[in-house]
Amino acid sequence: MVADKFGQTRSNSAKLAVKRALLLIIVGGLYILHQDFWFWRAARPLVFGFIPIGLFYHGCYTVATAIVMWLLVKHAWPSHLEEGAGDERGVDGATGRGAPPRPIPPPSVAANREGTEK
Amino acid sequence: MIPAIFVFTYLVIVLYIGIFAFRRSAHREEAEDYFLAGRSLGPYVFLFSLFGTNMTAFAILGSSGHAFNNGIVTFGLMASSSALIIPLSLFLIGTRVWALGKKYGFITPVQMFRDRWECSHIGTVIFVVQAAFLIPYIIIGVMGGGTALSAISGGRVPFWFGGALVAMVVMSYVFFGGMRGTAWVNTFQTVLFLSFGAIALVVIGIGMGGFHQSAEALLGSPATAPLLTRERISPLFFFSYTFIPLSSIAFPHITIFCLTARKMNQFKKTVILYPFCMLALWMPCVFLGVMANRMNDVPQIQEKIEARRALAIEGPSLTPDERDALREKMVADDVLLLLLDRYAPIWLAGLLGAGIMAAVMASDSQILALSTMFTEDVFAFYGGKKRFGEAAQVHTGRLFIVLITIVAYAVALRAPQNIFDLAVQYAFSGYAALAPLLVAALFWKRSTKWGALASTVWAALSVAAVAVFQYLVPAPAPGPPVVMWSIAGVEVLSRTPGGTAVFGLMPVVPMTIISALLLIAVSLRTAKPDATTLKRYFPGSR
Repeated sequence: MVADKFGQTRSNSAKLAVKRALLLIIVGGLYILHQDFWFWRAARPLVFGFIPIGLFYHGCYTVATAIVMWLLVKHAWPSHLEEGAGDERGVDGATGRGAPPRPIPPPSVAANREGTEK
Repeated sequence: MIPAIFVFTYLVIVLYIGIFAFRRSAHREEAEDYFLAGRSLGPYVFLFSLFGTNMTAFAILGSSGHAFNNGIVTFGLMASSSALIIPLSLFLIGTRVWALGKKYGFITPVQMFRDRWECSHIGTVIFVVQAAFLIPYIIIGVMGGGTALSAISGGRVPFWFGGALVAMVVMSYVFFGGMRGTAWVNTFQTVLFLSFGAIALVVIGIGMGGFHQSAEALLGSPATAPLLTRERISPLFFFSYTFIPLSSIAFPHITIFCLTARKMNQFKKTVILYPFCMLALWMPCVFLGVMANRMNDVPQIQEKIEARRALAIEGPSLTPDERDALREKMVADDVLLLLLDRYAPIWLAGLLGAGIMAAVMASDSQILALSTMFTEDVFAFYGGKKRFGEAAQVHTGRLFIVLITIVAYAVALRAPQNIFDLAVQYAFSGYAALAPLLVAALFWKRSTKWGALASTVWAALSVAAVAVFQYLVPAPAPGPPVVMWSIAGVEVLSRTPGGTAVFGLMPVVPMTIISALLLIAVSLRTAKPDATTLKRYFPGSR
């Protein structure tokens, strides 16, 4: 039973590692695709009759970045950061009404707030 | 004059929003409320305000002006690379800054650096360098305001008055509304200038009788055909530009803005939709900037084209001063306004002029950030808050806003350099070289305050060195660069028509890489922070 659980955890870790590696490759690939030397000296075809191909490519590239960002948000969102960040304070976002309780400052900031230079 | 009336109405509206935010603030004497809107911004205000904060006069006026003289390459240089790098840095760095800010109450990046690296005066050095880099960015806003108002009014409003008016309005709503007012105004402005792009494209397209003929005509002329390709730009230079957007997250107003989100989920929409916002704003501006080369019947545009032609043909035989005079004439930051003046009905030109003003007035966040940094990193840190109280801290922040505005305005009146160059050469490159600080603080346990100091000093010195170099060595005529230093036939340092090249790359590349290497090398040779500090930042690691 324990061995099964252990095996499952390992399998999940492996999946996570593969997913992260894939996302890294996608982001790296996208960065490389920005350097589109293949359209460097070409203006034609004029897409829709007036957009030079190099400009059209970078317009499409921009849309592709949005898709990759969506993938990152969906598959690699750092939700662990929210733990202990105290975002359950229930403040009205539009107005800012309802004073949020102050977060606990670390020692150095607490010292600064007291005006004590380290 | 009718367009100017629209713009004045717009200025009154944004002023009202700022004052409205002041009246809605229940805790206006509290620093966190004034400087961070109580960490309470919702998803759409966060997205639009962050985008608006990143877009300055540069986005509309500078981009179309740059595209007018350099062609479609402008979009690839700044827009599509930013569409990748900026959301990615928000995803990786912004979320972490937010979490730490929420947990420990940080209001500025320097507060985080001081805590993370257990330092005090080194934090002050970082503050000074960040502030020095930020001021040119603020000046851009004032200059853009002057240029835009003057052009919209057909020259009836002089540059000095336009700049003063815009600076005054921005100062007022930042003064009263703080971050909440700034965020609301930015949201309104972003909606306005995002609409601007599409409307301007349609109206000018109809006015020009469609773009097909114009594009074909540009391609048919040897002088303008290269504007529709990137043949005049070296691939290395193009690659270099991808380092510039690294500056975005390192700009203190952006780092500080990351702290204003109510929840971390607020970043999701921003990360995904940011590229679409870039596309909606930059594509029309760049395209219209290129198409403006077809407007031979507008005397101001004719003059710019003529100056460009003269520089290209006669440039090598001219003196540096004569070349600078031609470059001054080539500056095309008003080209979109000239297009609107020519093709849009007068009321629409006014409305679109207000859209341009919306982008121009993005210096509000930088002014607020500088004030926040001063009051938190200097005033509060060195005992002012303890001695005079939190209300005095907020009053100091407001006073600082007035002072910054006056200084920026005074400089803007005397600074002749065009908006684009000023921004890229000083502020953007400097902040890109400071980006390793954030990465090291958040991801590298072994980084130390001395490493951070080395990186910061390097960023400041390298920016100063580039500025001095470009001042001493005049820009050559368009064509091959002037090689100042080469080793075994390899060009190490060159003065190009547009700036400086190091191994054929823009200076931002070696500046950022050396900054990172210095941070690593010095950190490895100095003592790391205390284990308890590291545990707070890296709780999961050993």
